[in-house]
Amino acid sequence: MEDIEHIEKEIQLVDANGRRRDGRRLDELRPIKVEAGVLKRADGSAYVEWGGNRVLAAVYGPREAHPRHLQDPSRALVQCRYNMAPFSVSDRKRPGPDRRSVEISKVVSEAFTAVVFTEQFPRTSVDIFIEVLQADAGTRCAGITAAAVALADAGIPMRDLVASVASGKIAGQVALDLDKEEDNFGDADCPMAVVPRTGEIVLLQMDGHLTESEFDQAMRYSMDAAKRIYEMQKDALRRRYAVTALEAEAAGPGVTA
Amino acid sequence: MSSEVISALMREHIVKLVASGKRADGRGPEETRPLTIEKNYIKTAEGSARVRLGNTDVLVGVKISTGEPYPDTPNSGVLTTSAELVPLASPTFESGPPRPEAIELARVVDRGIRETKTVDMEKLCITRGEKVWVLFIDIHALDYDGNLFDAASYGTLSALSCAKLPGRMVGGEDQPLPIQHWPVSVTAAKIRDKIVFDPALDEERIADARLTVDTDENGDVRAMQKGLSGSFQYDEVRYVISTARRLGNGIRETIRA
Repeated sequence: MEDIEHIEKEIQLVDANGRRRDGRRLDELRPIKVEAGVLKRADGSAYVEWGGNRVLAAVYGPREAHPRHLQDPSRALVQCRYNMAPFSVSDRKRPGPDRRSVEISKVVSEAFTAVVFTEQFPRTSVDIFIEVLQADAGTRCAGITAAAVALADAGIPMRDLVASVASGKIAGQVALDLDKEEDNFGDADCPMAVVPRTGEIVLLQMDGHLTESEFDQAMRYSMDAAKRIYEMQKDALRRRYAVTALEAEAAGPGVTA
Repeated sequence: MSSEVISALMREHIVKLVASGKRADGRGPEETRPLTIEKNYIKTAEGSARVRLGNTDVLVGVKISTGEPYPDTPNSGVLTTSAELVPLASPTFESGPPRPEAIELARVVDRGIRETKTVDMEKLCITRGEKVWVLFIDIHALDYDGNLFDAASYGTLSALSCAKLPGRMVGGEDQPLPIQHWPVSVTAAKIRDKIVFDPALDEERIADARLTVDTDENGDVRAMQKGLSGSFQYDEVRYVISTARRLGNGIRETIRA
């Protein structure tokens, strides 16, 4: 691994002008593309490209909850499965859940339980599947951002969408939305998810080292970026259903979307 | 492949259509669905392809590393094929260890390329008995609308055809994989006494028998797999083979393009 030592010495994450390796400023997001309704079989779906991340999310339900002993007679379960394709990372990942994906699946399930009107669908399950096709750091945030759009696309009643983004610390400075290189050689990473309309934080994780003021700065970056992501999510849904409305119009009178 | 319920009405409808030489989606019995292939879809993989066959959507990634050869083939690279039928792709797919359906899919695709010597495995030897190239083919179903066998097979051949042996692992230049044959799989479904090609989901669900035939660029048969509980007459098998050969030629052009 003499390679890595070499890179660590050479790599400069932020230059003298406050620009990062890909030219971004510290408070800048990578390019993000959100698309709603991309899969046929799923009740709702979305695709997110976020820098080098490519993530699909599908929602099925409300449907019968499995395993059945988990059924709650008073509300729906929200169950998420986060999964990485074996080819999504540089060293092939063994197929199936590992400890990391189990943990991510759990906290994402909990995040969405906070916004879905679960009491409307007792005994059922709303199943969210996040598939990471290509990973470039920030996959859970891209996955949550996609899953929120997929839930809306599936017509699941929710208090609001959920927008997610991470901030961290690179070269001693707080920065928004770390890419893979920055994550590997950075000092901290702090993914969060927020309900934009209410400001409720429904997911928060952190690893690394941040002072209190650095943490405040990171949250300011993330909160602000979440608003921009929220607009992209709504925009994707509008595009999806504007098309449907046009199609209905073209189909002639008496046909409603 | 699924335990999904299909209504008696739909079943009768499809049977009647097929009996009169028609199909629910307007295709002729020997007509395959539109095929689109995006090669090099995943940047974290050494080779990849996203294939859409109608609404069926499959992503195949090839990961390549170096490793030890098997003792009985010290001169030859190693090839492993796995398939994940992730629950994102269909309401009937469940998470958990691979089910027989996924294992059959992976093995049929594997046979299609292994037995045909699609990749010249001897050229994947780096140091005899010590170090060879190891290929992992991972089939990731994204949207299941029938005939995963063919979609996965086209995805695999496409991904192999654009895969690069990573030169950095052996201190050299990237090299294309030594591809020497172009086997193409074509699947037929038998519904009562009629045969249709590239079955859509509803056709697959009510089919009595299924036959997958791999033919190569010389028109020779390289692999076959019969599935489901029904049966074929010998002249039906011959009909499927000759049609698979003819359809395969067009599909091969698309894959090689």
